[in-house]
Amino acid sequence: MRLPPQPGERIDRSSTVTFRFDGHPVTAFGGDTIGSALYAGGRRVFSRSFKYHRPRGLLCTTGRCANCMMTVDGVPNVRVCVEPASQGVDVRGQNVLGSVDRDFLSVVDRAAGPFTPVGFYYRTMIRPRRAWPVYERVLRNLAGLGRVPPSGEPRRYDTEHRRVDVLVIGGGRSGRKAAAEASAGDADVLLVDERGGFVAEGYELLAPARAIGIYEGGLVPVDAGTVLYRVRAARIVVATGSLEQPLVFPGNDLPGVMLPSAVRRLVGEWSIRPGEHAVVIGADDEALGVVDDLRVAGTAVGRVFDLRERRLERIEARGRRGRLSGAVVDGEEIDCDLLVASGGSAPAASLLAQAGARVEYDRGRGAFVPVELPAGVEAVGSVVGGQQPSAVPAPSYGGGRGDRCFVCVCEDVTEKDVKRAVAEGFDSIELAKRYTTVTMGPCQGKLCHLGSIRLLARETATPEVEIGTTSARPPWEPVELGLLAGRHHEPMKRSPLHFRHEEAGATMMWTGAWRRPFAYGDVATEVRAVHESLGVIDVSTLGKLVVEGPDAAELLDRLYPNRLSDLAVGRIRYGVLTTDGGRIMDDGTVGRLAEDLFYVTTTSTGSDAVCEWFEWWNAVWGYDAEIVNLTGALAAINLAGPRAREALTSLTDGDVSNEALAYLDARQLRVAGVPCLALRIGFVGELGYELHCPASAAEHLWDALVRTGATPFGLEPQRVLRLEKAHVIVGQDTDSESSLLSAGMPWVLKLDKGDFVGRFAAELVQERGIRERLVGFTMPPDVLPGEGAQVVSGGRPAGRVTSARVSERLGRTIGLAWVGPELADDGAEIEIRLGSADERATVTLAPFYDPAGERLRS
Amino acid sequence: MTFLLDCPHCGPRDVYEFKFQGEVTKRPAGTPTQRELSAYVYFRANVAGVQREWWYHRNGCGLWFLAERDTRTNAVLRTELPVPARP
Repeated sequence: MRLPPQPGERIDRSSTVTFRFDGHPVTAFGGDTIGSALYAGGRRVFSRSFKYHRPRGLLCTTGRCANCMMTVDGVPNVRVCVEPASQGVDVRGQNVLGSVDRDFLSVVDRAAGPFTPVGFYYRTMIRPRRAWPVYERVLRNLAGLGRVPPSGEPRRYDTEHRRVDVLVIGGGRSGRKAAAEASAGDADVLLVDERGGFVAEGYELLAPARAIGIYEGGLVPVDAGTVLYRVRAARIVVATGSLEQPLVFPGNDLPGVMLPSAVRRLVGEWSIRPGEHAVVIGADDEALGVVDDLRVAGTAVGRVFDLRERRLERIEARGRRGRLSGAVVDGEEIDCDLLVASGGSAPAASLLAQAGARVEYDRGRGAFVPVELPAGVEAVGSVVGGQQPSAVPAPSYGGGRGDRCFVCVCEDVTEKDVKRAVAEGFDSIELAKRYTTVTMGPCQGKLCHLGSIRLLARETATPEVEIGTTSARPPWEPVELGLLAGRHHEPMKRSPLHFRHEEAGATMMWTGAWRRPFAYGDVATEVRAVHESLGVIDVSTLGKLVVEGPDAAELLDRLYPNRLSDLAVGRIRYGVLTTDGGRIMDDGTVGRLAEDLFYVTTTSTGSDAVCEWFEWWNAVWGYDAEIVNLTGALAAINLAGPRAREALTSLTDGDVSNEALAYLDARQLRVAGVPCLALRIGFVGELGYELHCPASAAEHLWDALVRTGATPFGLEPQRVLRLEKAHVIVGQDTDSESSLLSAGMPWVLKLDKGDFVGRFAAELVQERGIRERLVGFTMPPDVLPGEGAQVVSGGRPAGRVTSARVSERLGRTIGLAWVGPELADDGAEIEIRLGSADERATVTLAPFYDPAGERLRS
Repeated sequence: MTFLLDCPHCGPRDVYEFKFQGEVTKRPAGTPTQRELSAYVYFRANVAGVQREWWYHRNGCGLWFLAERDTRTNAVLRTELPVPARP
């Protein structure tokens, strides 16, 4: 089958590689593709079709059609005609029960053909409705392409951004010329080509790579295997050329029926004789030129039909055992094993259409051509339209038969299916496309777009110009989903103490983008340590903002419902941020460090949003104040428990007595030699000091604190402790409906000051009353409702639980819940649904633990 | 959504670097009626045409600025710094 060495061939006969096809070794030359090596070895059937499991062979050999798709090393749907043969790869046929030669599912083609017209499953498999999952499983097994391996080797993909002056898509004659011309100046030129194999003259060549679309702003994603280049170019030159179009006739999908491009590559590049006896039907010189290639290859060319000279009425390909055995052209029977049939070329204008070019049917050329290119986009070469005279082929040469006349080989759509769609009323191209799935297969219409429009034009007696074309959408070339997903870029934030937690054996958990310790060991032990002795927790994840400037106080007064302008220097106030809709947005503390300097903390997940929020309002108002986000620069450690003062005294020369550093005081303090901002606050309900220090000194400070006997505690113990104090976690206990009044924080709201963000809504809520109220509840310690459990009153839904924990200290289960205002009274009885039982609970409005806050102030 | 946006500080950048904050709204002065408040909080003009809108250069310089963009074509006609208006 291999010819003697030819000038210009792409194979290197001095080197060979061996791969396996369905378990059998196949030898290929260097430069062979998997497809060319299999063809040279005598293989003619490459795949089984999507729906009917008909045998399919090489059709285009350019990587456009789906006929040669196989599974290579577990990767499905590889077009082997363009996939280089490499040593040791494992190639398998796909979508078959058996092998591509003997596929038991081909019974669908022989038996069920008349019963499986287009869309049959929508009509015949709808009853009984509950059986659809069964039908679907059967259909999935019968139809389709390759299977995604359940546990495939993960591949790594990357995304790279590129910016160039000129991007040329397509490395044909016109594309190379355009690239060379563009790079004559000092422009930065990039040429993208699917094959490469030529020398770039003065420009950069990216190959093998495929442009998969043109998006707004001149963005062109380029698939280069495992790298997706996001190329932006000031000028885009599209040189994608044209696509040879198959003819529609009975048996046009038989192995042995080929497009001229297949013959040109088989002979010219891999020196393979494509067949012994050939018939050629062509509409232009390009197609008829293969007669010369066939002569070189030693194939006997029986008959040549030039559609420009002779109008054919009927063509039929006859097969024997799934392979071409002869052709009948207008009654003339010719034996052949190769039928080269082409209906001329169609410009590959999809990328241009995506870019915004208008694509119109050119009656003279019989094809859709781009007109009115958008700014910054040019087209060169045959994508603009055929330069050579071509005949316009008939929509079909089936002579009215229609079945087995394949319009779309990817999806097994026949002429009959299109007729049927029109008869059923799907007579616009967009509807017919969706109904029949023509153009929706792997080739994305490259070989069936024009053909289906011609057929629709004939069936609806409407000129092609009026039918128009379907929208061109990316991807223009098949692309692996992994490439679009790119590398896994889940941002992860680690506190400066991350490795201390890992060394201590903490169980880590996600909170937003942060990794935080859930607990170091037993949660109850850690809770007990804070209550009875001393605990230490890493709170570096808190947002930390500095607001400084002459107008800082006024800005904060306008951002917070609280009053902050009267905050004394060295004092702290709890602050809640609301939106103009009244929603609680975030909470934290605001400390005044100097007359015009405030230190603001936010929730762990809210720091970026709060910083943006402050800056946005300040862009609106233009106060003389600067906002700086110090979240990453500073660490924060909360030292809490009855022994906290004693421990702190041992590490500092500063006065930390209850008089010098009282509850809600903020002081600069040197602790274990580290300059800290000490905030005396108590989220966890015990005497506590939040020490904020440079991140670089965090480990030193942490170690010193742990040496005083403090027990590290994690997020879960902290959640128990804060719930005992009924402290709200924004986003956990509040939602988009929660206002200050409904969340039980009326003391935050200061309506006797000027305007602030959220004022209008707060006034409105105050005037009209609240619909729900956040309350505490207690239950016996042997029941624990989940978050989101339903509150029931008198057998009717009355609210929902947002947090619940068992408190060892209180000997009860405690929690927070939203209930109607009529139930928001101390001692009100409610029920909470746990599974099928309703358990009694009692409403409590004050904090469960130390309601007077004496321990915080001690 | 892949257009470029001209940050007044950094120049043309991929739109993915920015946060969109919606069309420019007018915060009611004084005490609004409930209708005015709802309109301000919940309703937007959502024009098919040129609109003025807020953008934030989140993955860049951190600047808030205004853009005039045609919502039909994503053509950005101009970008500018806001003129602050003290309440």
